[in-house]
Amino acid sequence: MARAHSLRRRTITTAACWLVGLVIFFPILWMAVTSFKTELEAVEIPPKFLFFDWTTENYGVVQERSNYLLFATNSILLSLGSTLVGLLFAIPAAWAMAFAPGKRTKDLLLWMLSTKMMPPVGALIPIYLLFRDLHLLNTRGGMIAVLFLLNLPIIIWMLFTYFKEIPGEILEAARMDGATLWREIVYVLAPMAVPGIASTVLLNVILAWNEAFWTLNLTTTDAAPLTVFIASYSSPEGLFWAKLSAASTLAIAPILVLGWFSQKQLVRGLTFGAVK
Amino acid sequence: MGRIHLKGVRKAFGDVIVIPSIDLDIADGEFVVFVGPSGCGKSTLLRLIAGLEDVTSGRVDIDGVDMTNVPPAKRGLSMVFQSYALYPHMSVRSNIAFGLKMAGESPEIIKQKVEKAAATLNLSSYLDRKPRQLSGGQRQRVAIGRAIVREPKAFLFDEPLSNLDAALRVQMRLEITQLHQQLATTMIYVTHDQVEAMTMADKIVVLNAGNIEQVGAPLELYNTPANLFVAGFIGSPKMNLLNGAIAAKFGAGTIGIRPEHIATARDRGEWQGVVRVAEHLGSDTFLHVDAETIGRITARAPGELALAAGDKVGLTPRPDRIHRFDSDGRAMRA
Repeated sequence: MARAHSLRRRTITTAACWLVGLVIFFPILWMAVTSFKTELEAVEIPPKFLFFDWTTENYGVVQERSNYLLFATNSILLSLGSTLVGLLFAIPAAWAMAFAPGKRTKDLLLWMLSTKMMPPVGALIPIYLLFRDLHLLNTRGGMIAVLFLLNLPIIIWMLFTYFKEIPGEILEAARMDGATLWREIVYVLAPMAVPGIASTVLLNVILAWNEAFWTLNLTTTDAAPLTVFIASYSSPEGLFWAKLSAASTLAIAPILVLGWFSQKQLVRGLTFGAVK
Repeated sequence: MGRIHLKGVRKAFGDVIVIPSIDLDIADGEFVVFVGPSGCGKSTLLRLIAGLEDVTSGRVDIDGVDMTNVPPAKRGLSMVFQSYALYPHMSVRSNIAFGLKMAGESPEIIKQKVEKAAATLNLSSYLDRKPRQLSGGQRQRVAIGRAIVREPKAFLFDEPLSNLDAALRVQMRLEITQLHQQLATTMIYVTHDQVEAMTMADKIVVLNAGNIEQVGAPLELYNTPANLFVAGFIGSPKMNLLNGAIAAKFGAGTIGIRPEHIATARDRGEWQGVVRVAEHLGSDTFLHVDAETIGRITARAPGELALAAGDKVGLTPRPDRIHRFDSDGRAMRA
């Protein structure tokens, strides 16, 4: 009886999970489906789900109208660049806070997080003026700097929680074994924190990839990532749903693939430390 | 060489003074045990010698060189931690080799030294395993291997056997003692277990609240404890400490008598009492006796003694084995 009971329970749980998954995934699926419709079919009511004339015309138009590859390259450079620069600063910062905490370490962590609570638009004008005067507007370097600073608190927080789980005695053992601070981080801390560092990188690449506020306001073409590419299809003359969908599908495809292949690592990283 | 000299060493964490001021000399090749109750500052003292904590004031000399502000890596000491602190992502071989690698030794020398250390510690067949595939005792051996391979001036052990079960603890205790005889290198060993201290040490340092209560050879501490704290801490079962009229009879504030220095007899004795608990160990019998006028006394009789709870018993302390302490708890010498 117990087995039958657990089988029924498992079936229900699985069905419920699929349902929730489908509800969450539906907008993305609908967007992908819409991208293969004509503009007329895209706004038709009642909407057709699968039985329409599938066409790749929108993708051709989108590619003709704007240079997808340039935007995609910028997205890759900006998200990876800002994450790597972030790690360079965050690993030492998280190390210091986890293994050599001071009286105010907790306050410092909270303060860093509090910067994420401020509406970004509050800082837009000073940052815009700063960028203008430093000739950073519409440059990749400038955007990497903004995205890196934007996500730095989260990177530090995540790494801090992973580092906290590593027993300090192991690092002390490395110190007794003659390791300098740098070698202690490279040979002992980093390899032990690989799952944590990997999920931090993944999450921050995704966050930087999807960041739209600063990229829309500080770039036009040269350094513009895919978020700007999508936005260029919501024009004041009327929406072209099918083309907008095609552009959006193209924009999220790379990150979706990355997320799909790294989901195990992501979940492991995000729950790291939850179970002792 | 491994001579360590502490001079006026003081450690405070903020406003909390953990070690007020300690002077201590450790000779080359000596096996010194720091013993004391939890929170007495023994581990902190060890970490100050290691350089893992900075001294607030005072000096740490190793072989006559001031090492007070030298980082741990450059002090030439090795440490074995309570939690083993092995590198979990490295094999046993890499764990043992890590210190040599950091010192820039050549691969051939590293291989040779690692294999020699592994042979000494019976780890040769485990060299390619990861620490998680080893038992507690094997892990502790790897930690010791990591320490000996560097040929340090002194070994520091921070409660290395606390995580092991009782049988393994006795075995490892023996192994560490033999290792000391073999290497003849200075060893400083921290423990809260006075049996470990008594069995392993050349010299015991008894610590209490950050102060040294007494320094001496195990039997010196056992036979002539300097004060009530040492008297109560060294020896198992604990020394009986009696005060009041009975102590006044000996002209002392408190008198102490070890359980093994009390003779037991069924019918006669200086003190009469009733057995409350009798613990039969085979080799010994421990009697917890409620004695008339003086209270609870523990007595230890060799071999098997046919006494049980409720039986009447007479106790006679050996007069030459009575320790006298003044009202401040200091030992009074005759």
